[in-house]
Amino acid sequence: MDREQALTVVRESLAAAVPGADSSGLASDAVLREELELDSLDFLSFVETLSGRTGVGIDEDDYARLDTLEACAGFLVTRTG
Amino acid sequence: MPSLGADMTEGSLVEWLVQPGDTVVKGQAVAVVDTAKSAIEVECFEDGAIQELLVEPGTTVPVGTVLAVLADGGRTDAPAGATDTGETAETTNTAEAGKTVETIKAAEAAKATDSTKATGAADTAKTTERTAARTTPLVRRLAHDRHVDLDSVRGSGKAGRVTRADVEAASRDSGRIRATPYARRTASELGVDLRGIDGTGTDGTIRARDVRAAASGPTTPARPASPAPAAAPRPAVSPEPPAPDGHAQARRQAIAHLMSKSKHEIPHYYLSTTIDLAAAVAWMREHNRAVPVAERLVPAALLLKAAAVAARKVPEMNGFWIDGGHVRPAAVHLGVAVSLREGGLVAPALHDADTLSLPALMAGLRDLVRRARTGRLRASETADPTITVTDLGDQGVEAVFGVIYPPQVALVGYGRVLDRPVAVDGLLGVRPCVTATLSADHRAGDGAVGARYLATVDRLLHHPEDL
Repeated sequence: MDREQALTVVRESLAAAVPGADSSGLASDAVLREELELDSLDFLSFVETLSGRTGVGIDEDDYARLDTLEACAGFLVTRTG
Repeated sequence: MPSLGADMTEGSLVEWLVQPGDTVVKGQAVAVVDTAKSAIEVECFEDGAIQELLVEPGTTVPVGTVLAVLADGGRTDAPAGATDTGETAETTNTAEAGKTVETIKAAEAAKATDSTKATGAADTAKTTERTAARTTPLVRRLAHDRHVDLDSVRGSGKAGRVTRADVEAASRDSGRIRATPYARRTASELGVDLRGIDGTGTDGTIRARDVRAAASGPTTPARPASPAPAAAPRPAVSPEPPAPDGHAQARRQAIAHLMSKSKHEIPHYYLSTTIDLAAAVAWMREHNRAVPVAERLVPAALLLKAAAVAARKVPEMNGFWIDGGHVRPAAVHLGVAVSLREGGLVAPALHDADTLSLPALMAGLRDLVRRARTGRLRASETADPTITVTDLGDQGVEAVFGVIYPPQVALVGYGRVLDRPVAVDGLLGVRPCVTATLSADHRAGDGAVGARYLATVDRLLHHPEDL
């Protein structure tokens, strides 16, 4: 998975997991939880969707690394080799 | 039309989910009702078959109005017996018919006394005949003591039996200012005090036109021959249902009203304690490592479970303050404050939260929050909470001292789970901690009991494996 693909699946997962969350105008380094006002349940849904769509296992210890669009994409690129 | 909250006086039927002839079971959603807060699914309270639907979609009717008739004798209008206001459809409709004629112009009167009038009159006779058989001596005695006319109370028990809760609700109701949500909104906009206004609606309910009349100077009662200007465009039975885009504003008003009522009536006291969550968080992480993402827990699930179990162990914090007494239900239905993205909040119930396993509570929580935000809550969920929890941890604050939802007697607040320096066994360590607070009704109990409640929450969170 390249960076562009990763970024697309991250945006799609956000939209699918969190109704009303619009990441289209979001800076790639904006902190997701703050900018989109995600609570812990939203974030869990996002992780669940992202993991389901990419097949990448995401542990709780990885949550802290998934704070921005950029970071999420980077995480996926690393994990998918 | 069930009462879906302490502040609800009327609701607008959005759609029927069943048709005449359909077989329904207890707990099944049969209709969608629009309130000032959101669209809510109304559940049937008994098994049976739908015989007749009495209210057309798009119609706004007062709480207590019969919505449909079940073939087996029960009625679908009151799924939540304990919180139903007890106002009967029979008296409502008859009174409406009588009042309508004297207070509003003829054209509206014709509209007001449509199909529901005939049904209402017929039902009144039937109800009177049934009264003797449909309650217990104990309830009859209570009704007598509280000066409640049993004939005017619609029973929410089996086969329309009048229960203790019905009588209590009816007696509680008589002291409250009745006004439509639209009237409250208008009053707030015009800066008019609802007290002192004579309502011209059902059972003296204050309507928007009454508020406008009061605002425009000396009150002149509207006569059939010379309708008050403000009254003209308003249909008699349906003061306009809230427009979809007016929802956020209506919800704001509903919250404003309820919270003002709380602070006006409830002498709150506040307690706070900081709880070491190291054991709880470690246990949760261990659990989460072993299950798929979909079954993972969040700290909020543990905090909610602890609050529910503590409410069972310290029942003084559970239930309602009604008519100068603390009503303590056997069950703990945990209200969960959910903030909505377009603004405002709702606090629907996780039923029997104290008995749910953590995975079940977590699944229930996710489902509840999702439906709260997409506007499909069930009537029993909005009406049933016996104690409410507000968790503002995700908003980043350390502590929240909340306002109690009347008529509940307590509200539990959780702040953010933060790493803090903590002294453990004489050594300083950094551990995850949360500040738990309790807002409690001083009428229902004293600080010592509240302290026992928070200490119980603390103890429970130190033994997450037992939660």
